[in-house]
Amino acid sequence: MAFVPPARHLLRAKDLADARYAEPLGVDDLARAAGLSRAHFSREFRRAFGEPPHAYLLTRRLERAAALLRTTDRSVAEICLAVGLQSVGSFTTSFTRAFGRSPTAYRATFPPASLQARVPMCVWRAYSRPSRQHVSRRQAGAAGAA
Amino acid sequence: MMQIANAQLWVHDQEEALAFYTEKLGWEVRADVTLPEMGDFRWLAVGPAGQEGVSVVLMAIPGQPVMDEATRADVERLMGKGFAGAIFLTTDDVHADYEQLKARGVEFTEPPEQRPYGIDCGFRDPSGNTFRLSQLVELPV
Repeated sequence: MAFVPPARHLLRAKDLADARYAEPLGVDDLARAAGLSRAHFSREFRRAFGEPPHAYLLTRRLERAAALLRTTDRSVAEICLAVGLQSVGSFTTSFTRAFGRSPTAYRATFPPASLQARVPMCVWRAYSRPSRQHVSRRQAGAAGAA
Repeated sequence: MMQIANAQLWVHDQEEALAFYTEKLGWEVRADVTLPEMGDFRWLAVGPAGQEGVSVVLMAIPGQPVMDEATRADVERLMGKGFAGAIFLTTDDVHADYEQLKARGVEFTEPPEQRPYGIDCGFRDPSGNTFRLSQLVELPV
């Protein structure tokens, strides 16, 4: 059987955190993915990647939340749930600790998401036209007034 | 130098599509903004983690004034037949991805099979858009 370095099992857990952060994932799930007991897994993960697994999972979630704050107009509560966290209060505390400002204040330091989305001009033109019915009604109204 | 930034797919329902692309395919939301000045048009873009530069815009089929009813019906008909768009994906482990996506309820049109260019399989999104997922082999020089 081919030799598998121990870190390969830990990488599987790290990949799981990266891929499934949006789900109610915990350290137990990560330990299971690595095929290790929870205590042993936490020690080995920290040794391999320099931080405990719960911290890695949390920072992955916070990183994704920061991206959603910059690139979407969803509310802070929606973003909290979207990255797999349940409590908006805890999310706000963790986010503030990690990024130095609250989610709302963090969002305010960037241009609005609608600008960042870079919706192309052809789409703007197509969707900003008033509907023909609306224009016809107004024209009919103007004609009636004349 | 030209690069592909976004490609667009029509979808029947943006919420349903969002759930599929993020929860089943495991992709990330790249943009999600609703613009009142454009009649509440929603620009929703997703993409695979690790490939930041390319996104797929999941666009709701518009009505007037963007599309007249006949055109809208044409687009819906083509989507229903699976001819409205396709995305070709590559992976480093098609069998693992197939098992994972199947377990999450993705509708596969073909299981992984050996082809001259590698192993690939096919699936659809909820709107009927076609996807190919291929693990490519290096071709002899």
